[in-house]
Amino acid sequence: MIPSIPQPRGIRFAYGAYVALFFLYMAAPLAVVATFAFNDAQFPGLPWKGFTLDWFFGTERPKIGLIHDRRIVAGFFNSLIIASCVTALSLSVATTTAYLFERHSFRFKELAYMLMLAPLVIPGVILGISILVFSSTIANFASDTLGIEISALRPGMFLVVLGQFSFITTIVTLVLAARLRKFDPALEEAALNLGASPLTVFRTISLPWLRPALIGSGIVSFLISFENFNTTLMLNGSDAPLVITMFDRMKEGSTPVLNAVSLALMLGSGLLGLIGVLVQRDRGGN
Amino acid sequence: MTASRLTLWLLFAPFLAWVLLLVVIPHIDLLILSLREKVAPRVYETGFRNYADFITSSVYPWTLFRTVAFSLVTTAVTFVIGFPVAFYIAKVARGRRRAALFLLCLLPFWVSEIVRVFGWMMILRETGLLSGFLQWAHVTSGPVEFLYNDAAIMIGLVYTSMLFMIVPLISTIDGLDDALIEAGYDLGGNGVTVMTRIVIPYAMPGIMAGSIVVFMLSLGNYLTPTLLGGKNGQWFTAQIYNQFITRFNWELGSAFGFILLITSTLVVWLLLRLSGQSLSNTLGR
Amino acid sequence: MPDFDLDCRNLVKRFGTFTAVDDVSFSIPRGAFFSILGPSGCGKTTLLRMLAGFAAPDQGDILIKGASVLRVPPNKRPVNLVFQHLALFPMMSVTENIAYGLKRRGQRRAEITRAVGEVLERVGLPDAGPKRIDQLSGGQKQRIAIARAMVLDPAVLLLDEPLGALDLKLREHMKIELKQLQAEFGTTFVYITHDQSEALVMSDTVAVMNAGRFEQVGTPEELYYRPATAFVAGFVGDANRLQGRVKAVGDGRTAVTTESGLELIAGPPSGPVRTGTAVELFLRPEAIACGGAPDGAGNRLKARVEDVLFNGAQSRILARLPSGDSIEALLPQTGAAASLKRGAPVTLGVAPEALVLFPK
Repeated sequence: MIPSIPQPRGIRFAYGAYVALFFLYMAAPLAVVATFAFNDAQFPGLPWKGFTLDWFFGTERPKIGLIHDRRIVAGFFNSLIIASCVTALSLSVATTTAYLFERHSFRFKELAYMLMLAPLVIPGVILGISILVFSSTIANFASDTLGIEISALRPGMFLVVLGQFSFITTIVTLVLAARLRKFDPALEEAALNLGASPLTVFRTISLPWLRPALIGSGIVSFLISFENFNTTLMLNGSDAPLVITMFDRMKEGSTPVLNAVSLALMLGSGLLGLIGVLVQRDRGGN
Repeated sequence: MTASRLTLWLLFAPFLAWVLLLVVIPHIDLLILSLREKVAPRVYETGFRNYADFITSSVYPWTLFRTVAFSLVTTAVTFVIGFPVAFYIAKVARGRRRAALFLLCLLPFWVSEIVRVFGWMMILRETGLLSGFLQWAHVTSGPVEFLYNDAAIMIGLVYTSMLFMIVPLISTIDGLDDALIEAGYDLGGNGVTVMTRIVIPYAMPGIMAGSIVVFMLSLGNYLTPTLLGGKNGQWFTAQIYNQFITRFNWELGSAFGFILLITSTLVVWLLLRLSGQSLSNTLGR
Repeated sequence: MPDFDLDCRNLVKRFGTFTAVDDVSFSIPRGAFFSILGPSGCGKTTLLRMLAGFAAPDQGDILIKGASVLRVPPNKRPVNLVFQHLALFPMMSVTENIAYGLKRRGQRRAEITRAVGEVLERVGLPDAGPKRIDQLSGGQKQRIAIARAMVLDPAVLLLDEPLGALDLKLREHMKIELKQLQAEFGTTFVYITHDQSEALVMSDTVAVMNAGRFEQVGTPEELYYRPATAFVAGFVGDANRLQGRVKAVGDGRTAVTTESGLELIAGPPSGPVRTGTAVELFLRPEAIACGGAPDGAGNRLKARVEDVLFNGAQSRILARLPSGDSIEALLPQTGAAASLKRGAPVTLGVAPEALVLFPK
């Protein structure tokens, strides 16, 4: 129990050991993946055949490093584009939506709020197929009756962006709304009272207040988008993002280049995530 | 007052576009498609045949049941494993240690799920680390396959869901005043009664938030059961994927999608009812 | 038109069926310190928000320096507000906070720097400029909030219970400081509070507000010594309350029998009374002479000391009358106090004028 309540040493020790064991469980698979990125073998796993960096920088078959693996590099850039679009879109819509729910009252607000939360309780696969079905309905209608082929509505990057956006926006909205709730509306009134126009109030008072939450949730939405699999799987086309490329490789059986990609992802997302935490902590206080 | 109405509409428009175009209408369209029967090439009728096909099949209802049951077990296991850790971080650890532990919890989840699953594949498969270790320790004489069974799926799902249980737990337990726990002891309670009468009831919104998310993530997961369960890991999302992508039977796939949606809504609703919570006070905090 | 900085006419504000501000009119001469005193929920904050432009009155008009400001949005009104919790911008330094309004006016940087320096000097914090808000003490924040508003040289400065968040000692200190600041700036202050001592100490004029209406507007002395209504008599200052009925009305005297059967001679009634009218009597603790009261036309009440409530110069005795009433009286700061122990008999001398009476 809490430190102010005395406990037998044995129990305290056992509790500590359990927590340590838990973190071992958390770290194990990642450590394994990272270690074998340096194994000089054709196959990811035992036995250990010596240290190499070929899975990062190798140029010759069969040891083609990740920076020379065309499909992986293409997947990475596709993911980058998708994640950037999703982040920009969801931040904009989430900001207006957070304001809508925190600052305004209107009829059917409860219902609207439930709808806003809904994407969190809809399985990702279903979000994916529903958007796939709807966009195909429109695309089919356009080509059947109007004779126009709207390729953007066929599986591909655009639909992946829409699909990820549809649920990431809910998450970002919740983060921003929480930040907005802690905001003292008197600050905005004070700025108005000191002669600022409503737009200036937003720019000089509200936006600086939201900034840590915007950066934090921006990073979160970037990461979620980058690693999303279930929704993406249903909507992706020929321009597959990195996780789909990795999935295909994994099914085929792959060289340790997959470990190298994984390690790069770990480092990249770990770094981004840390930045997000630090940004939010720095001025997250009051 | 007209200016504020204009503001309201300007804020409302993006929200409406998002929720209607990407959530509400697509699901209505999904429902419509699921009610469409193919009677001849390019000739369709409205009816419940897709749903009838589901019910009369020998495989599909079983797969759905399996998926729901597994997801519930995953949720329970995740809670049992995660709660002590969340309590430790929220109440026992202090200062820098606490921040570090919290960060350590978050770290694995900034990495893609596919990387995490890959890690478990490397540990569990026939040529993997666990099997290698057991041979090295002479526990077994030959390689052992730990992958492609239900336990492997469970390990993967629990691992992949852990964060979504622990974070809401930490944030609610964190809000519990230490004085309440002390008062519980002061009034003659012991560890067990304080836990069951004070801490757990207080953390209920967090427990439900975590449970709902974990359940949903497990139910809707495709990656983990497919890679860790292999051919034996019949997961309902895989059936949907098959209908849509492999067999190109979108009508049946849509019906499956709707059945999964209704099932998950029903289970979430039941969980909320049983715990006396509501969706907005658990997820919408 | 006389020199009124602020003139409110028949202001009404309703929220649904609830009338928060009910037909309030007042005008404040230039440079006055005007307080609106009332319990929480009396409508004073709503009134202030209408003056600042954050709420629109349903009826009536607000004139600042003779011109109606009803159609002027809050960011264009020549009034500034010191918020209840000050609303200093936490992400800005002290200088940036004070410069905020000047920047919005598009003043030049050199001018802004000069004005900020000057106002910081005036509030006695010349070196606070580069500090962050969370580095300031409560009293310093207070002064910065006033400086931020005063630097804009408003026609009227509105203050919404700004001392509420401070501890007692600091509040006493800031009361005096605020009054001095106001005298120095010469700006009209409209000060909202529920704390009577704040209102009495600082103001030139106090309006006592209750249930959306002004009960009385007057100088602190008038409110204290000549309350116009029972509410004012009860709200401003401490008083013993007694309920009774008029027995007889004479020249400047009223004879009253309290519900407990006590016979009292009170001063002239405030309001129409006849024999038999139910009345409420107010008696200030410091208007009671404990023991050695000189003989005269006054009331002499025999009582017993039930308890002594020691509080330095504000010490009181709690006296129980044979009728069962209990009366609080100020402990005299003389030797006589020594004999006033618990259980000791005491004679309470009460001049008729000290008994203020209102028909119920």
